[in-house]
Amino acid sequence: MTQQVVSANRLADGRVVYLAAEGGWTRELAAARRADGKEAGAALLAEAEAGVRRCEVVAPTLVELQEEAAETPGELPGLRRLRERIRDRGPTRETGRLLTEKPAATAAAGGL
Amino acid sequence: MYRYDEFDQAFVRQRVAQFRDQVNRRLAGELSEDEFKPLRLMNGLYLQLHAYMLRVAIPYGVLSAAQLRQLAFIARRYDRGYGHFTTRQNIQYNWIRLDETVEILEALAEVEMHALQTSGNCIRNTTADPYAGVAADEIEDPRVWCEIIRQWSSLHPEFSFLPRKFKIAVSGAAQDRAAVKFHDIGLYLRRNAEGEVGFEVLVGGGQGRTPVVAETVRDFLPKRHLLSYLEAILRVYNLLGRRDNIYKARIKILVQSIGIAEFARLVEAEWAQMDGSSLDLPEEEVARIQAYFAPPDYPAAPEVDLAAQRRAEPAFDRWLAANVARHRVPGYAIVTLSLKPTGGIPGDATAEQMERVADLAERYGLGEIRTTHAQNLVLPDVRRADLQALWRELETAGLAAPNIGLAGDIIACPGLDYCSLANARSIPVAQDISRRLGDPERQRLLGPLQIKISGCINACGHHHAGHIGILGVDKRGEEFYQVTLGGSGEEDAAIGGILGRAFSAEEIGPAVEALVDTYLELRADEGEPFLQAYRRLGDAPFKEKLYGTA
Amino acid sequence: MALLKDGALAEDPWTLPGEADELPAEAPAFVSLERWQAERERLLGRNAPLGLRLRAEQSPDTVAEELHRFAAIALEFPRFQDGRAYSHARRLREHHGYRGEIRAVGQVLRDQLLFMQRCGFDAFEIASDEPVEAWLAAMAEFSVFYQPASDGSRPAWRHRLAGTQGGEAA
Repeated sequence: MTQQVVSANRLADGRVVYLAAEGGWTRELAAARRADGKEAGAALLAEAEAGVRRCEVVAPTLVELQEEAAETPGELPGLRRLRERIRDRGPTRETGRLLTEKPAATAAAGGL
Repeated sequence: MYRYDEFDQAFVRQRVAQFRDQVNRRLAGELSEDEFKPLRLMNGLYLQLHAYMLRVAIPYGVLSAAQLRQLAFIARRYDRGYGHFTTRQNIQYNWIRLDETVEILEALAEVEMHALQTSGNCIRNTTADPYAGVAADEIEDPRVWCEIIRQWSSLHPEFSFLPRKFKIAVSGAAQDRAAVKFHDIGLYLRRNAEGEVGFEVLVGGGQGRTPVVAETVRDFLPKRHLLSYLEAILRVYNLLGRRDNIYKARIKILVQSIGIAEFARLVEAEWAQMDGSSLDLPEEEVARIQAYFAPPDYPAAPEVDLAAQRRAEPAFDRWLAANVARHRVPGYAIVTLSLKPTGGIPGDATAEQMERVADLAERYGLGEIRTTHAQNLVLPDVRRADLQALWRELETAGLAAPNIGLAGDIIACPGLDYCSLANARSIPVAQDISRRLGDPERQRLLGPLQIKISGCINACGHHHAGHIGILGVDKRGEEFYQVTLGGSGEEDAAIGGILGRAFSAEEIGPAVEALVDTYLELRADEGEPFLQAYRRLGDAPFKEKLYGTA
Repeated sequence: MALLKDGALAEDPWTLPGEADELPAEAPAFVSLERWQAERERLLGRNAPLGLRLRAEQSPDTVAEELHRFAAIALEFPRFQDGRAYSHARRLREHHGYRGEIRAVGQVLRDQLLFMQRCGFDAFEIASDEPVEAWLAAMAEFSVFYQPASDGSRPAWRHRLAGTQGGEAA
């Protein structure tokens, strides 16, 4: 059973945020509130809608975490979809970064 | 180039004030996201994967040095120090805050720029031949008409809620450098048998989900009737375009469904009822706008023979061959600056590079820069005597890759690294192919080869019009890449055909190399470019090489 | 719902009876195109102003010969993104010379009001939660227009040729 978190964009600056375990919104995936199962996910999303009404965020959506297969106890699962991983960590290729990086050997290298 | 008068300045100030009010109401919750979205899109403000993206209009691809410096300032002050030049001659910034957008619009207004209608279901930036006004093969300068269309289409009250976006392109030369046939309305300036210049009007072209080449709706339209005729086309589209399905809402679908003859009949019927005298510009106003585009006084420049320099420096020779085009005026040249360094991100430029280009435009030209739909920049008025000195400076700025129109001049959309519509990344694929085919001598040998990459079916990378087109798709959560061959965006417009099953991210680079090898093996001689060879040979040898099947 | 007309919120004398309901004998009423086509004679016999309410997909051309019988025509915006009524309004004013009231109904939002007015709408059914000043301000946001439309405003090029100023924005 995969867990879910709610991902959204902040209204004022468009940055990716997660509904936080402690309430409010956080930029850190590690601090996101996780939901187990369909009902909990729906409840999370409903709470996120309050953030829309308060003009904090736009377009909250439920996103899945990877299957729990942590090799290290306590290691948090990452995001399942590549799109969500890119939203979380930034573009895999970015002009400013590029000027300081060595080129990857293949297109797939440097992937997430 | 066009300069704002008091009316243009008042308009853009009023527009900024209006958008400021709309942003404030949004931030205060007086406007919902649903209500605000079309308003912010009409101002070119998207919400993308990481932040807001602002697309600034560069009308028909013309910029002054001052404007380019301001774009650099905006990149530095409000973004992460770079901008991306797009396949519609605009620039976009990826890291914008909603609550700073109004300040950015004010900075743009200071240099007579804006972000109006670069998105949304309205008439977008009208694009043009980047060599307008200076091309050796030009019949008439399309920029005059682009400016006329720009003004007419700005906050047009009837056409701000069209079924879908609307794109117009204009070309005034024998060679089509603006992909006119892939636009909702395409306009060719042509001379008729009587020697008069008028427009061939085409409609219903486009890429995206259902690529279509535009068809001629009117063979010859006298120039003075341009606006009323466009209004008739837009009105027919506004009334009859589909409103029930956004994937079937472009004008190309309407034209395909009722046929070009019926579409033309509807347009002519509507046009006949209109009062052209109130819509069409009087001669005086056309002449006023035309004056802004009058050829500058070119200081006399010697016709120099560069043969010796070319022999002495093969790198300079390669750059001249690929990046420099003939100018109307003897002693001058048109120089394209490549924003496709080997292994780089196509179309991106840093603030520093933008400032360098602004300087170079003033020192080596007449202060003007162009953008191209291939995501490169152009200095349109360089003295031939200065070419080598300019080239050395471009090398230090990383803008001299000798690859214009060659394999390294890859067009790529931002893809899944930035865009919320994307299914796959396009930038890493572009970088990989760019490195594999990077050797300048090899590119020269390969000849004209347009590789175009899109990260989703919306085709912002124009892959349908690529000699080699690559479309990123999502297969079971993995990025895969479909190859098309034989597309073209020029007068011989054609849509590329899918070759076979898609390739993984690891396979696509070698696949493109295999296509290139096949071409080299089978071409008649060095004078037969890739597209021509493909049209002669068909899919079979390429399929065989890639899939082992004919 | 409130009616914005002539720069102010007005009492709305018009009603839109249900398709099967009787029309008020002496008060202005709108009917759908279907009802007009089915009950034309009876409706013409009424001694009160008649209005026609058209959906976005219904062209005023279907009643081109009889537009003069309608004191008002209501054009629907089923969603504010559906812009067909802008063209219907312009054609009513410019091709058909219609001089009666053209009313915007449906999802009528403040940010589209100026576009509507320029296309020939002169009455607007609005949700009345915003103060009327906000609506009127929206209509005065621009003094410069680049294209002629159906409200008689002069495009910038006419001012340029005449050497006149545009109006002032509020």
